[in-house]
Amino acid sequence: MDHSLNCEDTETRRLLGFSVPSWLSRLFLWLLPLSFLAIFFFLPLSKILALTFNLKALTIENLRITYDALRFTFYQAILSTLLTLLLGLPSAYLFARFDFRGKSMLRALTAVPFMLPTVVVAASFNSLLGQRGLLSTFLHLSPFQFIGTFTAILLAHIFYNTTIIIRIVGNALSSLDPKLEQTARSLGADSFHVWWNVILPILRPSIFAASLLVFLFDFTSFGVILLLGGSQFFTLEVEIYLRVLKLPDYSLAALLSVTQLVCTILVSALYTQVVTRTSTQTAPRSETSNLRKPKTLRERIFVASFIFILSSFFLLPLASLPVHSLFRLEADRGQRGEVQYGFTTDYYTELFINRRGSVFYVPPIKAILNSLMYASATVLISLLLGFPAAFALAKPTRLEKVLDPLIMLPLGSSAVMLGLGLIISYGRWLTLPLLVPFAHTLVALPFVVRTLQSAIASIPQRLRQAASSLGASPLEVWKNIDFPILRRATLAAATFAFTVSLGEFGATLLIARPEYPTIPVAIERFLSQPGGLNYGQAMAMAAILMLLTTASILLIEKFRLPNAGEF
Amino acid sequence: MLEVQHIFKTYEGELLLNDISFSIAEGETICLLGASGSGKSTLLRIIAGLEDPSSGRILFNDIDLASTPPHLRDFGLVFQDYALFPHLDVNANVAFGLKMRRVGQDEISQRVAASLELVNLTGFGKRKVINLSGGEQQRVALARAIATRPRLLMFDEPLGALDRALREDLLNELRRILHQTEVPAIYVTHDQEEAFKIADHVLILHDGSIIRAGTPADVWANPQSAYAAEFLGLGNVMDGEVAAKYGVQTAHGNFTVKCSHKHSNGDKVHLLARPFEMRNETNVISGVVTDMIFQQDRYKVVFDNGFFVYLNHAPKIGKKISVHVKVECLA
Repeated sequence: MDHSLNCEDTETRRLLGFSVPSWLSRLFLWLLPLSFLAIFFFLPLSKILALTFNLKALTIENLRITYDALRFTFYQAILSTLLTLLLGLPSAYLFARFDFRGKSMLRALTAVPFMLPTVVVAASFNSLLGQRGLLSTFLHLSPFQFIGTFTAILLAHIFYNTTIIIRIVGNALSSLDPKLEQTARSLGADSFHVWWNVILPILRPSIFAASLLVFLFDFTSFGVILLLGGSQFFTLEVEIYLRVLKLPDYSLAALLSVTQLVCTILVSALYTQVVTRTSTQTAPRSETSNLRKPKTLRERIFVASFIFILSSFFLLPLASLPVHSLFRLEADRGQRGEVQYGFTTDYYTELFINRRGSVFYVPPIKAILNSLMYASATVLISLLLGFPAAFALAKPTRLEKVLDPLIMLPLGSSAVMLGLGLIISYGRWLTLPLLVPFAHTLVALPFVVRTLQSAIASIPQRLRQAASSLGASPLEVWKNIDFPILRRATLAAATFAFTVSLGEFGATLLIARPEYPTIPVAIERFLSQPGGLNYGQAMAMAAILMLLTTASILLIEKFRLPNAGEF
Repeated sequence: MLEVQHIFKTYEGELLLNDISFSIAEGETICLLGASGSGKSTLLRIIAGLEDPSSGRILFNDIDLASTPPHLRDFGLVFQDYALFPHLDVNANVAFGLKMRRVGQDEISQRVAASLELVNLTGFGKRKVINLSGGEQQRVALARAIATRPRLLMFDEPLGALDRALREDLLNELRRILHQTEVPAIYVTHDQEEAFKIADHVLILHDGSIIRAGTPADVWANPQSAYAAEFLGLGNVMDGEVAAKYGVQTAHGNFTVKCSHKHSNGDKVHLLARPFEMRNETNVISGVVTDMIFQQDRYKVVFDNGFFVYLNHAPKIGKKISVHVKVECLA
């Protein structure tokens, strides 16, 4: 024990480049990240708790509203999860067992929505299925109600989370030893019994874990429900937002937030337990590949129909957004009294003009500049805080075992709740635009720390020793071993923080000043206003955000270390 | 009972199995012996019905099995890595096949207990399979396969993952069980010692073809091809050319070989020099001793030219020696 502590001492000192007592250097590493969390997370959280357990909050009326919101949140999350399983499980089977052309493309396509900001997904569905959407225009359907329906919410949740089922269950299925199946067959099990008595029981922990994760995302979903559900579906998140901005009642908002936090923490704990239990009892891994080309007629029909379903379900909304942002449709009629069809770049050029009576006091293009500035600030702050925390966590002592969950805790609290906490605690400074990047850093920091931490921990001590035994000086060791690995991880973490900031919706909606809108906030405002021009500009903005995010995702994929953690 | 007739199998243009035919009689164990990639596991999967042959037939008691799916063939399978169901305990693993056959609960527990007793695992029923040792897991797999009293048992390198001593024990036990139950069996392995110990008949597979079939004694006495002789480690194989009646020239000298094949001068032949000293033989192999391996009752002596012989005394390393051995023609 003493010996290992000594090793860590020298390690820490080496990392810091100067010699100080171990506990002091540790504390120094933690100083910045912890003060940041104290100021921007724990203080606001304590204020929320204080408001909640104030007698004013716990009225019968408030409890009733909370109970209703909680019940509906559970209902929609469970239903969404079940429907996601319905599409996800056969898709997982498709990817785990069959080989077909364009497979990796299709797999990547199903993963795209998961990384897109909620406003982009909402705008994509709107561009395809909304009343001004491509489908109702081109198919000359009588405008049907899609936006503002429960179906829209469920569809968007499936769209978002199917990839989780495909990843987790698909991986478990493809690593399942085919000999188990063959043995079951030789023992007299037909296809049904092979699935029912062997494959499904073995996959059950993975299916359960994946479902919990999907449930967690659906439970805390905000942007999708607000933007696609209209103002009639009151989940906890939407209710908090309403009680902050529309019908201000901070006590009730606090009560709702705490309810939400308790639920997410409970589900997360259950998830962690399931995952650790699963990893200790894994089935024998297969060395031979399970993949085959579809052979029988039934297999061919299954593969073909699921390729069709998946590609149209995932491609159509994503493709319709950029297309729609460049097409003037019938829906513009109200604007000038004439119907115009066809290609237009108006929606993009309009972004540069500050029209009187428009949604903003500034040209909408300012929102893009704001977003880029906030995102850059978020990158700087989260790297500044993330690096010391990651260095400390990469070589954990007892101190780090306590501090690790603290760093990750903001993940469990919803974005809207973070916004609420900041408003309660620092409401009078809300005129300062600086609060926004700090809020974004809260959301991005857990990811940044994990990315950096696993990169630092992945550099084996033996590698450094081997290099120095080959005659490399400490500087050369750093230059040739630590730096190349950390550079990639740093770029990945920075891009991640950038993407999170660009797409962050819940917290920003609450704390952003009207004269400093971000892209997601601008899209929300455009969408909530009538008129074809506003709609078109929402499409244009969302298309720009989609482009920026996609570029970032590609960058992250390029920088990511192989096997450097998922989710 | 089982009859395999002219099985061919091609996969992505490659010929994996080339005209395989053989049959198994009641209570007989046959062994498919071959290096990895020889097609033996493919053949096993085809017999089990897990894969279709490109052409050819599998008959059991004169009934063509082409339209019988694997779960109705009633052939037990035992794999090298056991393939135990990780979510079931030992009892449930062994009971699996009986449950699939809708056997009554009382009979299931009776037959599970009997099967576990047969493989010496009485009392292991409630254990989790992942907590068992490799040897125990393989016994469970065996108990599971015999619990349903299959018409045929198939083993795919069943002892490949076990260490040497354990392999010996389990092999003897397997022999006993196969004799006791009188189930016909196909045993796939790359280990010739294992094959010779357990099989009534051995089939040597090479590149998808059967190159030698017979009882272990037949095959040992007359391997019939250079590949078989080398694969079985029967001795020293040489290339030669017929130079006179019974006279063959090789890079290692001239040998006098009596054989029943019809050769003419200039024919290329393979010779097998058995590694046992025979003082009354005229043929001699010689070389400089480079290595000597003590093997309980004898020494394996290795020459500089790669040849080896077994001697019961230890020559000096570096000394050139000549040994009288039996030399056969492999055609």
